[in-house]
Amino acid sequence: MTIRPEHLMIAPILIPFIAGALMLLYDERQRRAKLGVGIASAVALLITAIELLNRAKDSTGLHFYLLGDWAAPFGIVLVLDRLSAMMLLLTALLAVPALIYSAAGWHKQGQHFQSLFQFLLMGLNGAFLTGDLFNLFVFFEVLLAASYGLLLHGSGQLRVRAGLHYIAVNLTASLLFLIGVSLIYGVTGTLNMAQLSQIIPNLPEVDRPLFHAGAALMGIAFLIKAGVWPMSFWLSTAYMAGAAPVAAMFAIMTKVGVYVVMRLSLLLFGAGAGASAGFGSEVLIAGGMATVAFGFLGVLASQGVGRMAAHLVLISSGTLLAVTGFALAGAGSAMLAGALYYLVSSTLATSALFLLIEPMSREEGGIAAMLALTADAYGLDDIEDDGKPEVGFAIPGTLTILGLCFGACLLVLAGLPPLSGFIGKFAILAAALDQDSVSPNLVWGFMVLLLVSGLATLIGMIRIGIRTFWATDSAAPKVLALEIAPVILLIGMILLLTFQAQHSIRYMEETARGLEHPATYTEGVMTAPRISDQPEEAE
Amino acid sequence: MEIVLSTAIGILAASGIWLLMRPRTFQVIVGLCLLSYAVNLFIFSMGRLTVGAPPIMPKDGFVNPTAYADPLPQALVLTAIVISFATTALFLVVMIASRGMTGTDHVDGQEREQ
Repeated sequence: MTIRPEHLMIAPILIPFIAGALMLLYDERQRRAKLGVGIASAVALLITAIELLNRAKDSTGLHFYLLGDWAAPFGIVLVLDRLSAMMLLLTALLAVPALIYSAAGWHKQGQHFQSLFQFLLMGLNGAFLTGDLFNLFVFFEVLLAASYGLLLHGSGQLRVRAGLHYIAVNLTASLLFLIGVSLIYGVTGTLNMAQLSQIIPNLPEVDRPLFHAGAALMGIAFLIKAGVWPMSFWLSTAYMAGAAPVAAMFAIMTKVGVYVVMRLSLLLFGAGAGASAGFGSEVLIAGGMATVAFGFLGVLASQGVGRMAAHLVLISSGTLLAVTGFALAGAGSAMLAGALYYLVSSTLATSALFLLIEPMSREEGGIAAMLALTADAYGLDDIEDDGKPEVGFAIPGTLTILGLCFGACLLVLAGLPPLSGFIGKFAILAAALDQDSVSPNLVWGFMVLLLVSGLATLIGMIRIGIRTFWATDSAAPKVLALEIAPVILLIGMILLLTFQAQHSIRYMEETARGLEHPATYTEGVMTAPRISDQPEEAE
Repeated sequence: MEIVLSTAIGILAASGIWLLMRPRTFQVIVGLCLLSYAVNLFIFSMGRLTVGAPPIMPKDGFVNPTAYADPLPQALVLTAIVISFATTALFLVVMIASRGMTGTDHVDGQEREQ
């Protein structure tokens, strides 16, 4: 057997899996080694994701990996297209800063932080790559199980209570997912997404309502994960309670729900789905808009920056779901392209904001007091290796730098020029005005909601900014360079996204076109060649 | 047979959901267990109900597929059982931690004001 270049597709799942398992062998005290392995794995993932993105950019943009070399509808297939390559890259881009940030001390606050983090990455990457519904369930469970552990990281009463609610909600959602999957299997006899897409137009009319019921149940499970109103009440408490690097990584967890809704609804209920075309678009539009409304009311009402950031996550996923609904109703790929650009920029910005929260609200005592406090709550007595707190290089001009970073996040999230948030929202709105398949009243309602939510974000965040940076009379907090560097890294990516707007928007347009024409995807999956059928090449 | 199985699934699911809405953590976890039993039976029944039909076919020769049960839902249900078992165990640990920290078994960590 030779190692072929197409085996790289499985690497985003294998790298974190092996790294996470390897770290279990180390004793809990060898944190430096664990951190090294973790960061090495995240960097390897980043390199792999860039290479996969380059491959996805070629003419067809589709790559398949048959697990166990079973032909498509019988085995599980991994599919790499532009959307999944983009999500893989985004995951890796969030993982590196979050791990660097954790080096400032958070990874010491509990056990197995690094392993759980790697398993979370594995679940995320698997969910983005898989082309099989049940396999999607398994990867969802992997990422959820890791996220349960990570949310509890650092312990404390608040986290345990938030974790209890979070786990109960997600377990119930998983059961709904299972009911949906098995109904779909019972009706169609397959779980392969591509084959489902081919079967749906020819489904007997008696079976169609049952199939719709299954798809709707599954959709509810994903919408719970995406945080759609009225199934989003767990979200703000859980995100607030998570430790900073965990919350920064959780910024992409709602996006997994959005990703699956986007992929499945356009694949199964797109224009070619016969009598099922457009199924669920009203629910997505209404739910998305309600979520945006709930999110901006929450932003205006919240006093702390943590709760505000959680509601900003809701605004972002609500916007994306509403646009998916519009795209499903036939609003065209340009709107979807804008939404994808908005997805990347808002995820980066919320992640940066979650990393900023803790240094911003830190009192004079600095990191030492904070660490002592949580270590005490956790009942850790491992002062042996750090009798002194992590003495890192504390940056000068703390408040200025923090303020600049906060301002950049604000510009992106509120959608103000010149940063990428503005470009994304502008692309969505311009495309929304250009199309005529959705009723204009609905489009205008959506536009008003989007702009008002931007205004609410601006008001809410400026209020926090004034209180933290101008109206404070205490001495500037001590912030380590290790804590501010990841934030600057994330903002650097936002800047890159802004300067490369033309290229990235073009990429997103091709992605959206691919999503709207799933025939290439389904035929590609069903005819993906097996390795053993191919003639052996000369070595 | 169909009516017996569907009644069983219905009763399990209904009791599970009712218990899930209760304020005590113990009730919640029992509710989740019942609900997952209902879901597992449901997955199983999606391969159509057959009596006395093995799910595994002999290796050689022509076989009549109608004489065999659908093996896929059985494989799916095994996976689902393992996963829900593991996550329920994890949930139990969190519940015990919450009980230890707050001194109450209310899901919110505090008794409601009377």
